[in-house]
Amino acid sequence: MSDAAIDRSKMQISDEVAIQIAGMNKWYGTFHVLRDINMTVQRGERIVICGPSGSGKSTLIRCINRLEEHQQGKIVVDGTELTNDLKNIDKVRSEVGMVFQHFNLFPHLTILENCTLAPIWVRKVPKKEAEETAMHFLRKVKIPEQANKYPGQLSGGQQQRVAIARSLCMKPRIMLFDEPTSALDPEMIKEVLDTMIELAEEGMTMLCVTHEMGFAQAVANRVIFMDQGQIVEQNEPKEFFNNPKSDRTKLFLSQILGH
Amino acid sequence: MAPINFVRNEMLAPSAPPVREAGAVKWLRENLFSGVFNTILTLVGIYVIYSIIVAALPWWLNSVWNAGSLSECREIVAAQAGEGATGACWAMIRERWHQFIFGFYPSELYWRPVLAFGLLVAALAPVLFGGQKRNLTMILAVVAAFLLVTLWMAGAPLVVFVLSMAVVLGMIAVAQAGSGKLLWFTALYPALCFWLLWGGSIWLPVVAMLGFVVLGVAYLALVGRTSPMTAAGVGVVLALAWWFILDKPLTEALFAALPWGIEAVASDQFGGFLLAITIGVTAIGFSLPIGILLALGRQSDMLIVKTLCVGFIEFIRGVPLITLLFTASLLLQYFLPPGTNFDIILRVIILVTLFAAAYLAEVIRGGLAALPSGQYEAADALGLDYWRAQRLIILPQALKISIPSIVSTFIGLFKDTTLVAFVGLMDPLKGVTQIVRADINWKGIYWEPYIFVGAIFFVICFGMSRYSMHLERKLKTDHR
Repeated sequence: MSDAAIDRSKMQISDEVAIQIAGMNKWYGTFHVLRDINMTVQRGERIVICGPSGSGKSTLIRCINRLEEHQQGKIVVDGTELTNDLKNIDKVRSEVGMVFQHFNLFPHLTILENCTLAPIWVRKVPKKEAEETAMHFLRKVKIPEQANKYPGQLSGGQQQRVAIARSLCMKPRIMLFDEPTSALDPEMIKEVLDTMIELAEEGMTMLCVTHEMGFAQAVANRVIFMDQGQIVEQNEPKEFFNNPKSDRTKLFLSQILGH
Repeated sequence: MAPINFVRNEMLAPSAPPVREAGAVKWLRENLFSGVFNTILTLVGIYVIYSIIVAALPWWLNSVWNAGSLSECREIVAAQAGEGATGACWAMIRERWHQFIFGFYPSELYWRPVLAFGLLVAALAPVLFGGQKRNLTMILAVVAAFLLVTLWMAGAPLVVFVLSMAVVLGMIAVAQAGSGKLLWFTALYPALCFWLLWGGSIWLPVVAMLGFVVLGVAYLALVGRTSPMTAAGVGVVLALAWWFILDKPLTEALFAALPWGIEAVASDQFGGFLLAITIGVTAIGFSLPIGILLALGRQSDMLIVKTLCVGFIEFIRGVPLITLLFTASLLLQYFLPPGTNFDIILRVIILVTLFAAAYLAEVIRGGLAALPSGQYEAADALGLDYWRAQRLIILPQALKISIPSIVSTFIGLFKDTTLVAFVGLMDPLKGVTQIVRADINWKGIYWEPYIFVGAIFFVICFGMSRYSMHLERKLKTDHR
């Protein structure tokens, strides 16, 4: 993945705040998973979150669309604060797309139906229009010919690209990626990363939990390193990789880049 | 060391396998005589089958179809096959089959249950084979042919002939355009069936169905302004008010103004398979939605809903069906206000439905538990609310997983309808057989009625089982 191949013309970060997290804490029972998280995401940012397993990085992005509930602090997404109010939660979820490690496509629906379901039932888009949108995004992820197949007939990489298209069909303003390539064979990782890069080139606000450090270097404008439920270090990718400040970060980087 | 280089210069042509490795010889050797122990088992098995055939075959071969009584049957068998020979006496079935099918339903009105049965198949077809135009058309054509023959045999009035043919042929025409609209007939069918079977004022089913219209109108009027749950709740309350307060006076007033109706048939005249199918189909139809709601309730985070569902399920599953049936026939009467005449068949249907619903709830809960949590998360992440996520994502998959167990429950329910004999209803197995055997002509007949009834039960239950397999194949999308 060379820097030169990436078109940065539209990758602009505006002053508008997309996500604001302040003093956020979360416990699983008595286990303190997220400790005093503070971060602000501007519109157009491409953030990569990394860290050892169990460091709370997945939990953090799952809090942003309330798949996990936080117990303390404040999360504001696109001006809507996440509370117990179901209306706010549904509003945030329809604005925030999410891509999962295990794709989570609906196996009883065709690819096209997977992509049109939420627009039709949540956004009340007419079926025909929803199908046109879905085909547009399926072409974008380069699998329009699979539209009438079922998820079980597709390879892992293709399924993940469908999952990205499914999220995009809701026209989200923010995309969350929860280890999107961790369940894929090496040769399929590239096709998914290429799709994500394309998305970044169009100026999408992205938060991505991943171990793909090449992707982080090429696309991200900020890398966040988490350990034991806390943000340990964050910086521009170049600085983060070449000049890590914290010992914890140095150890982590030496472990994942050392082999 | 041996040389490791090798080049093939000539390719081998395919040849036939050795005789011992192909065809019937191979099959016999592998499946019946694969070892000493298996050979012994095979021989013992063959001997057992042989003994059964030797014992039973003469009884089947000496069957008598034309006789007026059991003793006459025996005389005919003795005359044909010699003294001491046994033979089946199907003459009893020939003379009394209508009681096995209809009980004491008035014979000049047999066309009504026959028509109800034909239309039942027509009403189920769009549900069971929705979207399969060819299957639908075929089933509806079979229904038309069935009704043509049976209505003629039952001596139905000409107007019934014309109307029922118009309905079925109309449905065939609609099926060509698309099967969705046929579901309207399915929705109206329960009222029509009720009216055909029990007869009486036509306003009774019409006004009862209007209760559902009240529910629907209330829901649609409110759903924009309040949450779907509140709208549905208000709708249900209004519909209940309609049924309990307005229903009776309105029905009577309408009947006084327009006395349209057909001859009424009382519940104690129902019997045989008419009774079994009425109870079975109604209970199957209502227990599935109730079971789904109970299963969802049991998984709910809301404490009271959850406790109520768990309590209901565990109570019903912990009590034998016969206890519930006795409750239906005796106890309910004490709890209801004096003077209410709550039909015994209706009471039995309600309790059989609740019984099956409790079992279905657990079966469906198994299906829900089998779904990976990622499905719930993906539905949530796309912004689907609880009911949409359940209806569009979770239930289609959970029900598909549960199909074999759901159908098992249905088959069990259908066979359990014979237990209504214990509350004095005339089920085909015990009720009708007892009446037949009480006749001096057929006193002492034993195997024949049970074989006859068993065969009909088998055909129906086997049909359900085959349908469930068809459904599983049709819904298989995981390509494992």
